[in-house]
Amino acid sequence: MKRHPRLVTDWPGGGAFCWLHLTGPQPACPRAAPTRLVLQPHIPSGGSLDASRLVRVLKLELRGITKRFGSLLANDHIDLVVEPGQIHCLLGENGAGKSTLMNVLYGLYEPSEGEILIDDKPVSFRGPGDAMAAGIGMVHQHFMLVPVFTVAENVALGAEPTKAAGFLDLDATRSRIKEISDQYGFDVDPDALVENLPVGVQQRVEIIKALVRNANVLILDEPTAVLTPQETDELLDIMRQLKASGTSIVFISHKLREVKEVSDTITVIRRGKVVGTADPAASTTDLASMMVGRAVSLVLDKEPARPQEKTFEVRDLTVIAPNGQHVVDGLSFDISRGEILAVAGVQGNGQTELTEAILGLQERVSGSVRLDGKELLGRSVKEVLDAGVGFVPEDRKVDGLVGTFSVAENLVLDLYDKPPFAKGISMSPAKIMENARARIGEFDVRTPSAAAAAGTLSGGNQQKLVMARELSRPLRLFIASQPTRGVDVGSIEFLHRRIVAERDQGTPVMIVSTELDEVMELADRIAVLYKGKLVGVVPAGTSRDALGLMMAGIPPEEHSHAPQAGLSAGRTTINTSDAEGGDHA
Amino acid sequence: MSTTVSSSRPGKPQPGANGTDTRAAAVSAKPVTWKTPLLLTAFGLVALVFFGLLAPSRTASFGISTGSDFFQLPALEVNAFAGGLVLSILLLGLAAYAVFLRTRDRQVPGWLTVAFIVLFTAAFLIWVVGGARTPSISLAGLIAGSVTLAVPLVFGSLSGVLCERVGVVNIAIEGQLLGGAFTAAIVASVTQNPLIGLLAAAVAGAVVSMVLALFSIKYLVNQIIVGVVLNVLVSGVTGFLFSTVMQEDSDRFNSPPGLDAIEIPVLSSIPIIGPILFRQSLVGYLMYIAVLVVWVGLFKTRWGLRVRAVGEHPQAADTLGINVNATRFWNVTLGGAVAGIGGSFFTLVAIDSFTKEISGGRGFIALAALIFGRWNPFGAFFAALLFGFADNLQSIVTIIGTPVPSQFMAMLPYLVTVLAVAGLVGKSRGPAASGIPYVKG
Repeated sequence: MKRHPRLVTDWPGGGAFCWLHLTGPQPACPRAAPTRLVLQPHIPSGGSLDASRLVRVLKLELRGITKRFGSLLANDHIDLVVEPGQIHCLLGENGAGKSTLMNVLYGLYEPSEGEILIDDKPVSFRGPGDAMAAGIGMVHQHFMLVPVFTVAENVALGAEPTKAAGFLDLDATRSRIKEISDQYGFDVDPDALVENLPVGVQQRVEIIKALVRNANVLILDEPTAVLTPQETDELLDIMRQLKASGTSIVFISHKLREVKEVSDTITVIRRGKVVGTADPAASTTDLASMMVGRAVSLVLDKEPARPQEKTFEVRDLTVIAPNGQHVVDGLSFDISRGEILAVAGVQGNGQTELTEAILGLQERVSGSVRLDGKELLGRSVKEVLDAGVGFVPEDRKVDGLVGTFSVAENLVLDLYDKPPFAKGISMSPAKIMENARARIGEFDVRTPSAAAAAGTLSGGNQQKLVMARELSRPLRLFIASQPTRGVDVGSIEFLHRRIVAERDQGTPVMIVSTELDEVMELADRIAVLYKGKLVGVVPAGTSRDALGLMMAGIPPEEHSHAPQAGLSAGRTTINTSDAEGGDHA
Repeated sequence: MSTTVSSSRPGKPQPGANGTDTRAAAVSAKPVTWKTPLLLTAFGLVALVFFGLLAPSRTASFGISTGSDFFQLPALEVNAFAGGLVLSILLLGLAAYAVFLRTRDRQVPGWLTVAFIVLFTAAFLIWVVGGARTPSISLAGLIAGSVTLAVPLVFGSLSGVLCERVGVVNIAIEGQLLGGAFTAAIVASVTQNPLIGLLAAAVAGAVVSMVLALFSIKYLVNQIIVGVVLNVLVSGVTGFLFSTVMQEDSDRFNSPPGLDAIEIPVLSSIPIIGPILFRQSLVGYLMYIAVLVVWVGLFKTRWGLRVRAVGEHPQAADTLGINVNATRFWNVTLGGAVAGIGGSFFTLVAIDSFTKEISGGRGFIALAALIFGRWNPFGAFFAALLFGFADNLQSIVTIIGTPVPSQFMAMLPYLVTVLAVAGLVGKSRGPAASGIPYVKG
């Protein structure tokens, strides 16, 4: 099996691609602004182009955009210029107003003040349709895909090619998808049902949707929040390709590593205002403090672990899925008091089922899970919680909180029936509020009041809320799944410190994360899962590459024999399956 | 290298490629349950005991041809005891196969359930007819009558399909049927033209629907509640007008000219199929056309793609420039018109006058047919046929006189509804956004 790493610049038929942009069929979209043909001077490093790229690009400018929701000022006179063919990053914490700004640009919200200019001409969008017609495409943080539709149906929707009498011409869409897939090496099957596709592929479908509509400016709203490290690297490469072909990108993120890697310009937004622009070469610490508004420490100060006795033991744990598959397959490991075990692995390798099995949420389970010598398997969730297990689920919105309940109520979801919050059959609202105020202060949960609905908080604050609840009672074991997914830098630092503090109090801690950075930062030992099996347990200092190989199922003792096609090669590879011929039918 | 999506993950050495494939498949697989195998076994045993062992050894006769057919087929004659025994053994065989599949963690295939229903129905028929005073019925009449009784159900469930596919739950089908029936009667009586009556019925259904659409889409009132209220409202208004206007001068207001059956020469004389397909009233032909048009429209046209997108993920549709609430409003209105036409069947085809509550809860059966038919026009059509069949069987069997008390037989259509929706549908998934109002932003 040959694997050709396909670089940005060497896809077959690069010249044909330029030709397509110039002479390919353009949909009759009413373009308010004139378009320009410019010579793209930028030649990506690592190869040269045999022909100059002539692509249509447009300059986008936002002037004094202000958006109010009632009394809340979400955007405050924001000025922003996206130069043609640039990757422009909007950096800011959750809730800083980045998404609001982009929704204004995409025509979903009408700005309270200010104007949008395309090629120096003011335009106004009454809806996303106008924005798309002007060449703006958007990939939303929560994908706007119909799960039960095929890829082709999703791509066609809203701009359907039709035959006579309104009959769909999905073949036309299929061939457009194939065309774009081949250009960018997406490898997307037009007839696959979207709900069966991995998140990373769904995201490509969203990008295809924008490209089919001839987007010249692509807005990517927190595109990496849902991706695994590998998928993130692929996306960054796709972004570079898009830029090379003349598409401007507005990249919304708060992850500094990615931002530094791909951006041409960085605009930092804080509390609805532009606080300045930054150079991608600036240090991550500087960027982070600009974003948060105070100095933040990105390196976790952590004492070496002082493991005590082993109090948590898992032996031969097997979980069988409803379809008969062994999703967790004979796992055995221990965690000592005062130690953090991080479980690493690509998403979907049994991590969810592992944590759920310990908590008693899985049905077909065998083996043994012992905490302080007592068996946990076969007990109800309530009993497991009462045994002193704190649990932060991976999807806080679905499993961690009741969105319509108040912050105060969410903080006692596990203790509502115990004193001091309950007396007999009645609850004590005063005690619950008192507890809420204490936790909100301690964990710096930003909420209008303790009575606000938990669902209205930003992602980072919801996560703090769940952590506050779980860490507020004496624990014998703490399990956190994806403790900082979708959480901004300032909060990550805080949450990590809390986890380490829990360890230092002598609690065995198990962290499940698909973020390799997080695993390496927090772990005292690292367990890697692959297809429900334990590939190995390695000490904290293990290298990124070695962990990457383990995440692909290769145990550490075989690493010297493994092909060097690990993560480092993956950085520059877009797709290896159809490097030859470009046909993957 | 395979061409599946997962293989495109870079930097992952060989072992990774296949693993992710199986996992993706695992996520989409439905859980295998014991429900269907056990249900089939139970019904198989019922069939063995009642239709087989306890059946009388008499001959049940099923007429296939009617007098007007251009060739005659002999009647089918079966010994009730032997026939019941053979069929129930077959049924148990199917049930055993389902149990076998379950022990292998595999799904019970759809064809097995369908085959089971068909055989069970046959066994039931043989048993009922074999035990009747006159052990003979006309199969052709049974089937043709089923289609006739199913006509309003089909229109009703098509209305449900149109509304739910676009994201609005239509509980008001009953009210739309009743409104259509009333309006058709009064308009056709006054104008002495059944076609105008038919048209008026569609308008009446659409008006009822517009109220539903207005309140549920614009004012965000709970759709179920609006629907229930509308049913009560239409029932009250038509009942009131019936006693105050229609009964006062029934010659003028309640004697609509009917829509007669239109026979297509030659074709209508084919045994069994002829009367079903080629000897129907205008409303009957419209039913076949409507099923086809709605199916093609929903799944093959731009309109349908947008409708389904709005019903599944309105926000996605909105971000692509589709006006969600307008799409909903007009489709719900269209659905009402379709149900209205179904309602005209009562007063223009079945009975030549309107009476109170003439729709008799068929709007709710249509709702069940919609769910049993999995929100698909063809599925809804066949589900409605099943209910029509149960309805017709009930009346025929009462006429020929069976050992089963007629009250039990009268329960049959509803029993079939409950069993079909609760037991056999399994976990069917309706449009994701059905019943949820769309608020921008």
